[in-house]
Amino acid sequence: MAEILLSEAEKAFIHHGVQDDLRCDGRTRLDYRPIILETGLVSNASGSARLRLANSDILVGVKVELASPLPDKPQEGRLEFFVDCSANATPEFEGRGGEDLANEICRFLQRSYASGDTINLSELSVLTGQQCWVLYVDILILECGGNLYDAVSLAVKSALYATQIPSIKVATMDGDQPELELSDDPYDTKRLNTQNIPCVVTLMKIGNHYLVDPTPEEECCSSSGIVVAVSGNKKITAVRKIGSGSLHPDSLVSMLKQTGSEVGAVVNTILMKKLLEEETLEVSQKVGFMR
Amino acid sequence: MVDIRLASEVPPFHIVADSTEPKHLVTPGSLITKETGFMRGHGTYMQDDCLYSSVAGVVERVNQLISVRPLKSRYHGEIGDVVIGRVTEVSQKRWKLDTNARLDSVLLLQSVNLPGGELRRRSAEDELAMRQYLKEGDLVSAEVQNIFNDGALSLHTRSMKYGKLSQGCLIKVSPSLIRRQKTHFHNLPCGASIIMGNNGFVWICPTLLDDGAGGFVQNLETVPHADRQAISRLRNCVTALAHCKMMIYDTSIMHAYEASVNAGLEIKDLLLPDKIKEIALMVRKQFEMEKE
Repeated sequence: MAEILLSEAEKAFIHHGVQDDLRCDGRTRLDYRPIILETGLVSNASGSARLRLANSDILVGVKVELASPLPDKPQEGRLEFFVDCSANATPEFEGRGGEDLANEICRFLQRSYASGDTINLSELSVLTGQQCWVLYVDILILECGGNLYDAVSLAVKSALYATQIPSIKVATMDGDQPELELSDDPYDTKRLNTQNIPCVVTLMKIGNHYLVDPTPEEECCSSSGIVVAVSGNKKITAVRKIGSGSLHPDSLVSMLKQTGSEVGAVVNTILMKKLLEEETLEVSQKVGFMR
Repeated sequence: MVDIRLASEVPPFHIVADSTEPKHLVTPGSLITKETGFMRGHGTYMQDDCLYSSVAGVVERVNQLISVRPLKSRYHGEIGDVVIGRVTEVSQKRWKLDTNARLDSVLLLQSVNLPGGELRRRSAEDELAMRQYLKEGDLVSAEVQNIFNDGALSLHTRSMKYGKLSQGCLIKVSPSLIRRQKTHFHNLPCGASIIMGNNGFVWICPTLLDDGAGGFVQNLETVPHADRQAISRLRNCVTALAHCKMMIYDTSIMHAYEASVNAGLEIKDLLLPDKIKEIALMVRKQFEMEKE
């Protein structure tokens, strides 16, 4: 993560604020900053979403393509994640600077989606053992304002929700080669079931307390934390520890159980509600980047 | 706990800023004048005897000199400005400070008041102890003493009101939003002090006591809950004003603070886009009422 400098006194101020359950911007420990979301704003992607969490700005595009399935999973399609940290976010991302962070996020997403509970990959199968849909999820980090994991996961979920997969039929079998027929109607598409796709919750430990949605300043004050992926049915699908500090087993359990899965469930429900709401909107109400 | 809203639900902010729209807004490349006889100032360039703008901002004219003041820029220092900077490097006889200018600013060892207050020549021991006074990451309030040929600023803290900053909260806004005033240090009636650096760094801290300032000591004791609330509310008010591109100075901040209290808003509510707009509109209304 982009490192920032803080003085000892500022760190003390943040520490005491967390103890007091009143952070610098007036939030309590379990409050998120406001999130602004829009889907379907990239016209040449199958699904897209842009999400702003305070100053973190994420753009996600999903592209669907036909490919042959993996030999060990002939009946399943797959998801491929790719994260790109734009050098606009911070100068440190220039060149290969953002690569480590990008790989970290990418691997964590892959891991949290790997559980069978999150997404039904057999929906993506077209012809067993021969053809399946591959969803290329491209994530672009445009601005860094802390808490990237959460922001990225919410944006990815929204983009997958909005993804339209064209209807396809196997028309004839010409010997061994199948002939696939794409529907003529561009609106003849199907959608994924995204209900159980995980949301990621980052819990940072500062002093003896933990908090969600840390600002860059708070990230700088904390020595350790965990990133938890919570699926729609409240199951934890992946956990990762961040930072160099250590965690006591007891506090780890309570972080996972009480906070992680509870917060994750709330975030999931609210996100799904908003996505449903957005579907009822007219196209002319799209905002995009020009504001 | 979590507030997710759609982009179409977020109100547009551009209408809030001012009831009287500034007249000469230009974007890069727009023609300012075809007439000759004007002098080319900052933010403009000459092409084929016409004057064009090279930045997005407001055209300003002083006699024959035309310049464009950019809406968003790095800090352009002037002698006598109050600035807040963060130490990024300790080197020979000087500290390097990040002040949001194009180049890091310089704070020379000879232009600080050493602890103890006595005036003397700086010895080699002082040079070795520099990191004990100010180290990387520390925040300092200072005044611009000089501008070097390359545009870097030389700062000084030779007054009891300047010096190392203790506990509090730093906000970074655009330098063009800070109004120049007689004093940039204010003890606000709501129980907090504020330093508005001309470089766009705003520092909010518990009320400063006169004896504590100017030194290198930091008070690391817990700030009382009430003070902390005032600081957080002020912080959110300043970010709200900056978000709506409204000028930031003591009166506007106090109006925003009172408006948020009168509207019964919680501190964290002030982060929400619709509430930000509400506050900005109330501040504008207050100013209009005072004008009449």
